[in-house]
Amino acid sequence: MTQSVFAPWNDPGAKPLIQFKNVTKRFGEFVAIDDLTIDIFEQEFYALLGPSGCGKTTLMRMLAGFETPTEGTILLDGQNIAPVPPNKRAVNMMFQSYALFPHLSIWDNIAFGLKREGLAKDVIGDRVQEMLRLTRLEKFARRKPHQISGGQRQRVALARSLAKAPKLLLLDEPLGALDKKLRQETQFELMDIQEKTGTTFVIVTHDQEEAMTVASRVAVMDHGKIIQVATPADIYEQPNSVYVADFIGDVNIIEGKAEPQGGKVSIAWAEGQPNVTGTPSSEITKGQTVHFAIRPEKVTISATKPEDATNAIQGKILDIAYLGNVSTYHVELPNGVVIKSQTANNRRLSRRSFTWEDDVWLSWTDTAGILLER
Amino acid sequence: MRRFSWFNATSLTFGFAFLYLPMIILVIYSFNASKLVTVWAGFSTKWYGELFQNEAFLDAVWVTLKVAIISSTLATVLGTMAALVLLRSGRFFGRTLFSGMIYAPLVMPEVITGLSLLLLFIGIGLDRGVLTIVLAHTTFAMCYVSVVVSSRLTTFDQSLEEAALDLGCSPFQAFYLVTLPIIAPAVISGWLLAFTLSLDDLVIASFTAGPSATTLPMKIWSSVRLGVSPEINALSTLMIGVVTLGVICASLISKRSAMKRDQDERTAERAEAA
Amino acid sequence: MRRISLILVPYLWLLALFLVPFLIVLKISLSDTALAIPPYTPTLDLSGWETFRAFVGALDMENFVWLTEDDLYWKAYLSSLKIALISTFFTLLIGFPIAYGMAQAREDWRPTLLMLVILPFWTSFLIRVYSWMGILSQEGYLNQLLLSFGLIDEPLIILNTPVAVYIGIVYTYLPFMVLPVYSALEKLDGSLLEAAEDLGCSRTSAFWLVTVPLSKSGIIAGSFLVFIPTLGEFVIPSLLGGSRTLMIGKVLWEEFFNNRDWPVASAVAIILLLILVIPIILFQRNEQKQREAEG
Repeated sequence: MTQSVFAPWNDPGAKPLIQFKNVTKRFGEFVAIDDLTIDIFEQEFYALLGPSGCGKTTLMRMLAGFETPTEGTILLDGQNIAPVPPNKRAVNMMFQSYALFPHLSIWDNIAFGLKREGLAKDVIGDRVQEMLRLTRLEKFARRKPHQISGGQRQRVALARSLAKAPKLLLLDEPLGALDKKLRQETQFELMDIQEKTGTTFVIVTHDQEEAMTVASRVAVMDHGKIIQVATPADIYEQPNSVYVADFIGDVNIIEGKAEPQGGKVSIAWAEGQPNVTGTPSSEITKGQTVHFAIRPEKVTISATKPEDATNAIQGKILDIAYLGNVSTYHVELPNGVVIKSQTANNRRLSRRSFTWEDDVWLSWTDTAGILLER
Repeated sequence: MRRFSWFNATSLTFGFAFLYLPMIILVIYSFNASKLVTVWAGFSTKWYGELFQNEAFLDAVWVTLKVAIISSTLATVLGTMAALVLLRSGRFFGRTLFSGMIYAPLVMPEVITGLSLLLLFIGIGLDRGVLTIVLAHTTFAMCYVSVVVSSRLTTFDQSLEEAALDLGCSPFQAFYLVTLPIIAPAVISGWLLAFTLSLDDLVIASFTAGPSATTLPMKIWSSVRLGVSPEINALSTLMIGVVTLGVICASLISKRSAMKRDQDERTAERAEAA
Repeated sequence: MRRISLILVPYLWLLALFLVPFLIVLKISLSDTALAIPPYTPTLDLSGWETFRAFVGALDMENFVWLTEDDLYWKAYLSSLKIALISTFFTLLIGFPIAYGMAQAREDWRPTLLMLVILPFWTSFLIRVYSWMGILSQEGYLNQLLLSFGLIDEPLIILNTPVAVYIGIVYTYLPFMVLPVYSALEKLDGSLLEAAEDLGCSRTSAFWLVTVPLSKSGIIAGSFLVFIPTLGEFVIPSLLGGSRTLMIGKVLWEEFFNNRDWPVASAVAIILLLILVIPIILFQRNEQKQREAEG
């Protein structure tokens, strides 16, 4: 039973494929990577997520060998890779622009890396054929990159970087150039190929949905630091900071002073408003400033005050965002704070119960949200 | 919406007439039978015949072609290297001086370039002849080549080179397997530019040639200083003809390949939509 | 290692064949004329410190003083500046409507028009200047035409006057003006003019208030591309200007080849470069601004 769960990061005996040890990278005055330490395990699909300029691309380029760390070491399979030039690394990269060689056919693009290894002609031929099959490109082998569509180009780039069977594949915003629908399809294709080949993937993205979909673990970065590394579910449900909670998905943040009461914490956050009660995950001292984060879909909206709810606040509907499958209500509390509540639209539109200016009650249980210290 | 008015049509007509009439007149009068170039005396190709019998002219053509081919090839190699240095080598000692030396010859009056090179050749005791013209032409043409190539390199997607390194190329392999084939059109037009500049040059060649070598422009110069001559008209016509043919061919080729590319891209888009 | 040789080869080439010759010109401009081979003293002698000191001591500004005393030279500089300015103005006057017409032409015509502007550039400069000799001479085609229409009674004297030089410069440098102006005008968004008219401009005022300011960088670039090489021009004044047209490039040539006065020729060259420095810096700044504007 436990064997089917892939979680080497929880196994103290597992040896990581890649280790960053106190790596710092400076470009002149600018600190791109700030004293960063992470482990990436074999066969992982590891996502680096963050806003542009957070250092995620620099991190990846250090793995590929295009940048060298200013301080610290990077180990691949226990070996320091700093002195190894990019062309000697068992690491391949799929570029954001795909970087397909425009003067070579699809076949030659995929064979490019294999030819550099000086393999026999038929070995190369077989391997290219295998890659073409894997990425469903057999029909296009003789075409030039400009003769195929964007989605096909993306697959060529993937096939080319996988052809050498690298220990580690780096993907720099691999789906950024595709439109939304194609992107979603391709995400599953990527996962499928990753599973089939068993290669370790490290993907850089600024699209949180993409990271959540494909990755086994997500590393949220900001200003050259890793804020949190966890599985997508943990990132969403157990963010370790306001930054992560806010970066992934939609969230209501209530800031106030903590008052521990038994196993719970009561938060005084606004005058004339009832305290908010939450369950702490760490030691909270009295009077400490805490942030209570709760996802909109965990806030229930009702016309009357619910009897059994731990937390209940009254407010007025300010705005309704109808998104088809769900609706988000923006509810303004008497003190001006706006709380978002999301409900699934499992009824037809005409029978929806709330409209603008309605007085409503918002409620949630004491375990629905999370208490964050920073 | 662009608006095409009579004003625009008129200015274009007059503009192009101004650009082309002098050359057209030259071409027409090269077929004039009369020795008096401004009086039309019937159609004749005799000046062409005389041109091909004129040993001095043919010698000059040979010298000019030799100089142009060698110097433009050298200039293309050096200019491409210089462009790579300017755009890829980052900071190094004397970089500002280097880029200054690349751009200065472009704005330097030819008389000064010619004078300074001549003084150098005399100073080091180098016999003037084909070699000195080649050295001179290579030097100023390499700067033009490096401008042409570096303007292509700035739009060159550097991740292509990184991809080549990533797939196991050494830096040198990455250059000749990926970068060079892609920037080849710019390198070729750099060569053509260098070739034309060398063919065209009168001033620098006059300074650096010495008595043993005479290029075609020098020959034309010494002859036209005395006035208009029908032989020079015939020679000019041939030169204009060659250039026109070359430019038209080049533009047809590039137009066709652009059209083909366009079509390919549209087919690819349609394939995706289907 | 490869990087170093990549840098060194073009670097040394340019040092040896551009910078060193230039320093030689500078040095000779400070030397004295002599009836010897080479025809100047002192010659550089690096055999010892004393001889080098003596060499430096013998250099002086005499040739530059001579340039200011003989009014031939400063007349030539002034006349070069005047000719370059006037012909740049006329090139703009003729080039702008052509560039404007090209930018307004149908999209599928534009590559052809562009090629027509570039084509003369590939044709021999010397031949293009020469072609005007037959047109402008006293019994030339222009005079024949005007006489036959009865517009003039006796042939105009154009060849060997400054007017012929202006015509020659405008003609040969026209592509240098048309191309940058065209590329600025071509980028101009047509809806800007429509917006200007929508906001109450007449066509003419929209032209002056929108088109001209937005093509300014192209106009400036084109003007410098004509002005800078014209200043040191030699072929055009020699073929079309006759003996009465003074231009500094011609003076330098004659000083060197006819008078064999190398030090003075070098001094003339140095002054010409000093005059060119200002327009070159302005030109560079314009290019820089344009590049920044384009990001």
